[in-house]
Amino acid sequence: HFCFILLWCYTLNVPGSKGSPLSVGAGPALLTCCNVTDGYKVRLSIKTALGDDAYEWSKSELFLFRAVLAFAVQRKTNNVNYDVSNILVCDETERVSFWFVVTTPDNTSELLPKLVVENAIRENRHRINSAFLLTDQTLDFVGINPTLAAPIEYDTPPWLIVFGVVMGVVCAGIVALLVSTFLQKKRAKKPSADPVDDEDGSGSIAGNGILCESIGDKDGTYNQGFTDDDRFTKL
Amino acid sequence: MADREAGDTTSEAEGRPKWDNKVQYMLTCIGFAVGLGNVWRFPYLCQIYGGGAFLIPYLVALVFEGLPLLYLELAIGQSLRKGSIGVWNSISPYLGGVGVASMIVSFLVGLFYNTILAWVLWYFFNSFQEPLPWSQCPLDDSQTSYVEECVQGTPVNYFWYRETLNITPDITSSGSLQWWLVLCLATAWSVVYICFIRGIETIGVYVTATFPYLVLTIFLVRALTLPGATDGLEYLFTPKVLINPRVWLDAATQIFFSLSLAFGGLIAFSSYNPKRNDCERDAVLVGCINSATSLFASIPIFAILGFKATTNNNNCFLRYTGCECVCVCVTSVCVLRVCSASGTGLAFIVFTEAVIEMPGSQVWAVLFFVMLFSLGLSSMFGNLEGVLTPLLDLNMVPKWIPKELFTGVICIVSFLVALIFTMGSGNYWLEIFNNYVGSVPLLVIAFFEITAVVLFYGMSRFSDDIKYMTGRRPNWFWKICWMGISPIMLLVVLVAYVIVQGQEHPTYPAWDPGYEQFPDSEVKSYPDWVFAICVLLSAVPVLPIPAVALYRLIRRLTCPDTNKLQATPPPNPYTNSAFV
Repeated sequence: HFCFILLWCYTLNVPGSKGSPLSVGAGPALLTCCNVTDGYKVRLSIKTALGDDAYEWSKSELFLFRAVLAFAVQRKTNNVNYDVSNILVCDETERVSFWFVVTTPDNTSELLPKLVVENAIRENRHRINSAFLLTDQTLDFVGINPTLAAPIEYDTPPWLIVFGVVMGVVCAGIVALLVSTFLQKKRAKKPSADPVDDEDGSGSIAGNGILCESIGDKDGTYNQGFTDDDRFTKL
Repeated sequence: MADREAGDTTSEAEGRPKWDNKVQYMLTCIGFAVGLGNVWRFPYLCQIYGGGAFLIPYLVALVFEGLPLLYLELAIGQSLRKGSIGVWNSISPYLGGVGVASMIVSFLVGLFYNTILAWVLWYFFNSFQEPLPWSQCPLDDSQTSYVEECVQGTPVNYFWYRETLNITPDITSSGSLQWWLVLCLATAWSVVYICFIRGIETIGVYVTATFPYLVLTIFLVRALTLPGATDGLEYLFTPKVLINPRVWLDAATQIFFSLSLAFGGLIAFSSYNPKRNDCERDAVLVGCINSATSLFASIPIFAILGFKATTNNNNCFLRYTGCECVCVCVTSVCVLRVCSASGTGLAFIVFTEAVIEMPGSQVWAVLFFVMLFSLGLSSMFGNLEGVLTPLLDLNMVPKWIPKELFTGVICIVSFLVALIFTMGSGNYWLEIFNNYVGSVPLLVIAFFEITAVVLFYGMSRFSDDIKYMTGRRPNWFWKICWMGISPIMLLVVLVAYVIVQGQEHPTYPAWDPGYEQFPDSEVKSYPDWVFAICVLLSAVPVLPIPAVALYRLIRRLTCPDTNKLQATPPPNPYTNSAFV
């Protein structure tokens, strides 16, 4: 089979016929079409993919393929003008598979490097697939693994957003609480004299051995003499 | 009654905070006692020993060890009305070290406990995505296949070990600080701080103590309707025939750590109570609620694990990393195994995997992690209280520093030290802290607490205090426990624990992608310097006990005229105890 391909390609070696469509056994083709290092083999499994709705593979379909591929390469190389004639196809088989190579627009004997073609196909795989109503598995570029569906990429990771919200609320709360406590203390201190260290108790407002400042706003002082938890009174 | 004035004067004179009502106090104690361990340690123990076989030792340990110690701590805090350092100083200056030890343990435990909360927060933040980030593997650079490490393990494992922890292959390579964990840690400490300055006795405690019960109920209802729930419950409660003596050790340690004894937090909380308060009833209530919560929590947990096993049974060929569960398809007959795990493995690997399969996964994930966060937060209050109250009581803080600033300083210092746990090897260090700080030192402290009260304070004096507070002397059951059963049980548990730990050469499971049997964890042994640190972590909290005793003894011997009760301030001359 392989030898047959080479032989067949060699017989089709006709230089410089830019612009003429190529297909099996008809018209001139370039030797470099079957240069394995820069070409790709494509396999289509239309019946597997579409079943009863499968369309027939014809010259027009091949033309569409070449056009789509030219579109992909043009997109990849920043809109350098590629034409359908830059996509060369050969070795078509019944089960629909063929080889193709891509030539540069300026010089038809120069081929686009494999890597560029590969990346062009990778990036536009979805478009190429949809043109033929096929999938990554049924439109198989041998040697180019299908890119897996990328998980959803967010510009800002959502967790950062939630973190920002929570942290913002907490910080605002801390600031609000500190400010309110500070203001409360200032208001409490204003009417009374400047407190002196309470070690000796003199010079500060005190009553009953207790500093006024130490009486907090809600607690008061526990005076044993007036306990009100009288549940266990002996009387 | 008139001559009993131990320490009840000037501390009140300085406006000691007090609870607004009894409910607050109870909720705070319950919140402190009910923590992450109730949810992820108890169900695991229940399952590996088999339901009934574990519950009996557990209840015995609760009645003879947990409740007496709990009652003791609450009573001593309420009667002496001081934080942990003040209380033991009052009983005997030689025992001041017990309080210092409690404080150090509270600080060290607070460090790693809040790091766990930071991890919970990270998962919480990530639960707001569709699909959940731990449900699928990310693509590698070539965009053609998934990341190798993820494919070999599972996406859930990958998310935990790589995207959360970014763990290094062993403890000696520390890696760098993971910035996302630093952010989460900062958030966790900020939340703790704001709850603290707001006053934990207000809304903070109402929400954090009750919310977990609400979520557990929701999960219970949901989990019981999932397919496979009954399989999980069967695994939980089926007693295993094997009688393993180790079950007693595990039950005793579980009760002890679950009640958060010896941290000093409970003493601090009860010191804010009014003098006349029935602490016996409080202790029994808190202890029983804690155990009931553990039981209650294990039902939805195991129902969900059963559901997970059933779902995975339907997609065979699954390996659970880190636990001995394999679901294997052999001629379309799957062997159903309920994979149980404890600790972070349960929350972050097993449970997150189960949540993916439940419809509406984001809601359940968010609920679960908020529940874990509030469980942990209420326990953190107790830890922080165990650090702050002794320092404030000791008057080590100058009066001009407001409480907010002091709390802030403690939080910032803790945050900076806890940055160790955000490094690549952080998880390994956290396990070390968990195993060595949160175990032996607590048992030692509790043993000294109970001997201090029984021997130094005196049982009769203590009974008088209790009569004053509750109106009746403690009955013979409590007396027997305090004077005999509990100390002996503690000693036995301590010795057994040390022996069991000592027998196994210290090893740790390491997540090493280079290991040939990856994704199994490679069991590596600690290098010598790490083991030295482990021993230090166990010893340093306990050192103050002999150190302070020695120090006081030396001072007493060298300066015999110094009044050893000098530390207690002179009594308020206006106290009139005749009119009570």
